[in-house]
Amino acid sequence: MTGQGTLQSTRQGWSSPQGAAALAAPSPAGKRRAFDGRVLLGIFLPLAIALLWEAAVHFGFAQGRLVPPPSRILTTLWGLAKTGELWTHATATLWRILAGFAIGAIAGIVFGALSGSSDALRRLLDPTLQALRAIPSIAWVPLFILWLGIFEASKVALIAVGVFFPVYLGIAGAILSVDRKLVEVGRVFRLSRIALARRILLPAVLPEAVIALRSGLGLGFMFVVAAEFMGASEGLGYLLVDGQQMGKPDQILAAIIAFALLGKAADSLLVLATRPLVRWQDTVRERL
Amino acid sequence: MLNLDHLSKIYADGTRALADINLSVRESEIIALIGGSGCGKTTLLRLIAGLDRASAGSIRLDGEPIHEPHPAVGIVFQEPRLLPWLTVSDNVAFGLAHLDRSERKARVSHALEKIGLAEHAERWPRDLSGGQQQRVAIARAFVTYPKVLLLDEPFSALDAFTRASLHEHLLGLWEETRPTVVLVTHDVQEAVTLADRAVIMQPKPGRIFDELPLTLARPRDRAALPFESAVRRVLAALDQSLKPVQPSPHRERDREAAALWW
Repeated sequence: MTGQGTLQSTRQGWSSPQGAAALAAPSPAGKRRAFDGRVLLGIFLPLAIALLWEAAVHFGFAQGRLVPPPSRILTTLWGLAKTGELWTHATATLWRILAGFAIGAIAGIVFGALSGSSDALRRLLDPTLQALRAIPSIAWVPLFILWLGIFEASKVALIAVGVFFPVYLGIAGAILSVDRKLVEVGRVFRLSRIALARRILLPAVLPEAVIALRSGLGLGFMFVVAAEFMGASEGLGYLLVDGQQMGKPDQILAAIIAFALLGKAADSLLVLATRPLVRWQDTVRERL
Repeated sequence: MLNLDHLSKIYADGTRALADINLSVRESEIIALIGGSGCGKTTLLRLIAGLDRASAGSIRLDGEPIHEPHPAVGIVFQEPRLLPWLTVSDNVAFGLAHLDRSERKARVSHALEKIGLAEHAERWPRDLSGGQQQRVAIARAFVTYPKVLLLDEPFSALDAFTRASLHEHLLGLWEETRPTVVLVTHDVQEAVTLADRAVIMQPKPGRIFDELPLTLARPRDRAALPFESAVRRVLAALDQSLKPVQPSPHRERDREAAALWW
């Protein structure tokens, strides 16, 4: 009976919903195989372009002077790593991000918590902070250099400013969007203001706080480049500027790859470190 | 003894949610507030819970006025409202922070035993079904040994089977400390199953229309004749309460008088 039905609907194309459903119901195993294939498909394009370019330079169809082939980029990266230069630059960059991120994130959390927890404080703080947020952060550079000098302090300050705003907005928004119904549970059990913050508000905002911190960290990486453009003698951003001035595109691309790897690693580290705090979350992430 | 005295509530937008509610509930009595939607049942419960303030009148528990959440009043909401970051046992223990560890543990494990979720103690709320979550919420309210327990349509989102089993769990827990229970419901069967008295409410503004004693022996047999007739009586009263207001004889006479005057 069912076989007949399927046959019939196959013959008719997908004219009946049952027939279409029967046809479009692959086994879970088949689904998984298709998924793996699609991941490989994503790698295919960059890999093919890299190989094509490599071949084109290798066989003399292109010079590869301004766009170096992948092999030369990797050689440069390897060379920088071997002489220890890469580590000097990477640690300098990472240290700046760490310092800037710590200052910006702490300030963002404090101000976000203040503005999220009290209506009066929000009216006091939020307009000013929003106005400051509207200023492109790079515009602070000349002022920071005048105030803090050309060395580390001005760079860290710029990164901190970049990190501050997403964290501030994320934390304040998270507190404001805490479910009133859960807050009421706290009221029923007569929690004090502090206990309410500790036992209900804090855990409730954690997932969004993690997201805010992650986007803050992403911006930290963005601003460290801007900071290192304004006269640094070390750091991955310096490698970029140096590569441009010395006409070494392979060095620029090597620095870009180093940025990508470091950024991804830092983000993963943050996610890993905060996972125990949000493992109760009922989301799909765990199943992905 | 819980006493509501000339209680009324007018919301900021001018809606009269409750008007002149007078009710007293004896110790260990279970009363059911029944009525259609919008007749202020939930508002009344929130006032007793101390979550909202009455516009006029007073609520007293053993003579003590209530205008903020009171330690002897517990509430179970329509939704379980479990804290998703706490395990089942930590959720049950939420209101017991002031007790020492061993006492807290004993009460929680006893309550979980009683609601049949002992083996789920260390799981997250997200892993439980709706009925199980609501059982945890009931246990959370009971472990503080409240004198008055308020239930705001706690079973309305559940299917009939789950509801019947939850009624048993509820009565099982109630037997232990015998608190006063105020149950809001729109399910007449549920009211007759659980309550000693049905209080029928009327909308616009919310007020009490009638009170019916339900003096059936426990445990109550849903199939028995007395149960059926009690359900029918409550239904009849509900019907009455929902009838449009009849023009009062006074008004009629005035109008006639006016007609004559012309």
